[in-house]
Amino acid sequence: MATAATETLDTPFTIGGRDFRSRLMVGTGKYKSNAEMIAAIEASGAEVVTVAVRRVDLDRSKDEAILHHLSPERFFLLANTAGCFTADETIRYARLARAAGFNEWVKLEVIGDQQTLLPDAAGTIEATRVLAAEGFKVMAYTNDDLISALRLEDAGAVCVMPLASPIGSGLGLLNPFAIRTIKSRLSVPVIVDAGVGTASDAAMTMEQGVDGILMNTGIAAATDPVRMATAMRLAVDAGRLAYLAGRMPRREVAVPSSPTTGMLDK
Amino acid sequence: MPNRQRATIFQPMTTQVAHEPSALELTVNGERRQAAPGTTLASFLTELALDPRMVVVEYNRTILRDRNAYASLALASGDVLEIVHFVGGG
Repeated sequence: MATAATETLDTPFTIGGRDFRSRLMVGTGKYKSNAEMIAAIEASGAEVVTVAVRRVDLDRSKDEAILHHLSPERFFLLANTAGCFTADETIRYARLARAAGFNEWVKLEVIGDQQTLLPDAAGTIEATRVLAAEGFKVMAYTNDDLISALRLEDAGAVCVMPLASPIGSGLGLLNPFAIRTIKSRLSVPVIVDAGVGTASDAAMTMEQGVDGILMNTGIAAATDPVRMATAMRLAVDAGRLAYLAGRMPRREVAVPSSPTTGMLDK
Repeated sequence: MPNRQRATIFQPMTTQVAHEPSALELTVNGERRQAAPGTTLASFLTELALDPRMVVVEYNRTILRDRNAYASLALASGDVLEIVHFVGGG
């Protein structure tokens, strides 16, 4: 009963005063072709799609402009600041993205380490404060650390985005406890960003009660990205439904599901 | 010839105006580029076959938020342009 399941999902949900119809947000990087990217995004059911800001290739040896393929009327374009290592650089990229004229939202990333791509919490907090004061809706990528998350909320982030595991690692949800703790203490929505590798990772992440997931490599680097996008859509919905349904308590003893009375020869 | 043109960058504006118009020396996305005297930002983007609606321009470190102003912005030697757009990313 697909319709019954849909009716019990609590979407749309709200971030920064705007309603979003899907709890799955997807990136647009690393696809083998634009056609595959579009097909995967369609299959994911995502409304929010992230894009990066880069120099135009003046010689046109490669045409990378994503707007030739993604309609801003159909998708909510969320610019990221991927590749930025300082607050100042990040702020510059966010302002460039806003000047594109689609919206004032930014997925803020200040990377602290080239090898692990782990976020620089101090830089992210600083950039969030500046951009929020300029009217940006800041979705802040950060560690699975409660204190950074609280500081980002204080700095004006409309949403905090702790990682499941490092960007592009596909290691899944490494610290469910930390993610639950963050979710239980923040007032703004929590979207887990990065590290989700397959459908079970997505479901498990959603079962922690977070508001959504943003992923890119988990879909783009699958052998069949379109199938995986479908799996991720179903897993995010399944995980959300399981969270709303409330799981049974864990018991380290067996409890029979069938009647213990009425057995033969008793 | 290219050497002489490059040298004009370092001359004051008044000297340049007095001489025969020479090509503008620009830095665009980190590359040296030339443009004809009188080139505006709008005509320069046309020359590069870029749709202004698809790009964002940072002009001498100032982000231009009004695309209508491109047609009246005359480029000058020494200008530094960054022209960016959206690409795939996560």
